[in-house]
Amino acid sequence: MPDVPATEHSLEQTEVAKDASRRTFVALGIGALGACYAGLIGYPVYQYLATPARKAVAQGAVTQTVLDGADKLPPGSSLMFKFGTTPAMLIHHTDGSWVALGAVCTHLACTVSYEPEQSRIYCACHGGVYDPKTGQNVAGPPPKPLTRYSVEVQDGRIVVTKA
Amino acid sequence: MDASWSPKPDVARSRSLATVIYEWVDERLGLEEILALARKKTVPDHKYSFWYYWGGLSLFFFFVQVFSGVLLLVYYRPGPEAYESVRQITYDIQFGWLIRSAHSWSANLMVFAVFVHMFSVYFMKAYRKPREFGWWSGMALLALTLLFGFSGYLLPMDDLAYFATKVGLEIPAALPLVGTFLTDIVRGGPEVSETTIQRFFALHVVILPLIYLPILAFHLWLVQKHGNALPPSEEAKPESERRTIPFFPDFFSLDLGMWLIALNVLSILASLYPWQLGPQADPLAPAPVGIHPEWYFMSQFQVLKVFGRWFPGAAGEALGISLFTLAIVIWAAIPLFDTRTAGGRRAQIATYFGYFALLGMIVFSIWGYLDLK
Repeated sequence: MPDVPATEHSLEQTEVAKDASRRTFVALGIGALGACYAGLIGYPVYQYLATPARKAVAQGAVTQTVLDGADKLPPGSSLMFKFGTTPAMLIHHTDGSWVALGAVCTHLACTVSYEPEQSRIYCACHGGVYDPKTGQNVAGPPPKPLTRYSVEVQDGRIVVTKA
Repeated sequence: MDASWSPKPDVARSRSLATVIYEWVDERLGLEEILALARKKTVPDHKYSFWYYWGGLSLFFFFVQVFSGVLLLVYYRPGPEAYESVRQITYDIQFGWLIRSAHSWSANLMVFAVFVHMFSVYFMKAYRKPREFGWWSGMALLALTLLFGFSGYLLPMDDLAYFATKVGLEIPAALPLVGTFLTDIVRGGPEVSETTIQRFFALHVVILPLIYLPILAFHLWLVQKHGNALPPSEEAKPESERRTIPFFPDFFSLDLGMWLIALNVLSILASLYPWQLGPQADPLAPAPVGIHPEWYFMSQFQVLKVFGRWFPGAAGEALGISLFTLAIVIWAAIPLFDTRTAGGRRAQIATYFGYFALLGMIVFSIWGYLDLK
């Protein structure tokens, strides 16, 4: 290619630069418009899909559950109930004490079971073991104790409250 | 190898990550070949080019149907709870009304686009050799589109859905010999019930898509293989006077532009005129006054009604259905009749038959609406 005179060269460069900036502007404009459309479609779709989750959160936002007739629960047995939307268990120990614990294993969210004969709370999924009196994780993979609720025994019913 | 060889540093730096990824994929899948094909492909440019967009528009509305349909599937429950689940979608789930409305509106717009596409193909004589299979696969897609419409209409199980399905199923039931048997199989018994919903649901979301998709793929492959047909007026011009535009990016961008317009029209209709949900279907309640089929079934409905008036009893219905079947057979066979590439007597007859069919559809539809009062 023959050498281009310096002046013409710089002119060509400015043309190229102008062209590039216009190209960037158009690309940005189309990108922004595309993002607007994606948002306008994405937002209703997200809200549509998220409705049950949001309703569950609203339902789960309880601080107290009343268990009618639960005071008749014989010692050495347990009762499963829902605290908001999460499974929970009420245990009447043989020494007469009452304990309410979340029944969701802190390892991978299986529902645990109370085994009075072994005096433990056991998770069948991966062998996690909890203390039935405190909810403390004592063996197996669970990293944390079970959620503990406070229990109030009233006449004809039991009131479980978020601790 | 030359030890002093190394990539020029400035070139290496200018290769962005996107380029590197693109080249990696291209080396393995041959993307350049596809792009080269798309660049070489051209689309005729003439005064009737506008009609080339309608196949693409039909496809766009089909995509909307798939997308919104899958979303409705998240909450819809066929069977006895069908009405309640649609009520929840419409009134309880956030934006559920919008998604349902978009699905219904897009269904209507899809049927409209498919009809426009069919008639434009017809009048541009794009069914002639070698495009006969395009015409036939297109007819099959139209029939399936109407079946999608009919089966989907029942799913909300409100009063209109119930009676529309009840009446609609009386038409195959009027077929000689197999009619009753066939209709009872489709309906799942002698009455429209939960069993019918379950069947129509399976038809609407599984069976019809399974049949539709391969035919659609075949149809699109044919378009790719043969390209856009020239209307006779363009064919008559010498090659040097015909103009074309590249498919990529020119026609492709215009196609996308049409899709954007379609999306905007759909959004306006779906949000400003939300699709309604009537009261729950009750077999003991009388049919609502002024009940009528959707617009795309109106002309057929009116033909049957008129024939019923002229020839009372089963004869009228049988005659109407026979006449319809005959018209559809002729319509499908037109590529075998109008075969000449240049215009001629047969080409003219075909064009007149097209006008007759289009006019018939419009007149009977309008008559149908006027006849409701």
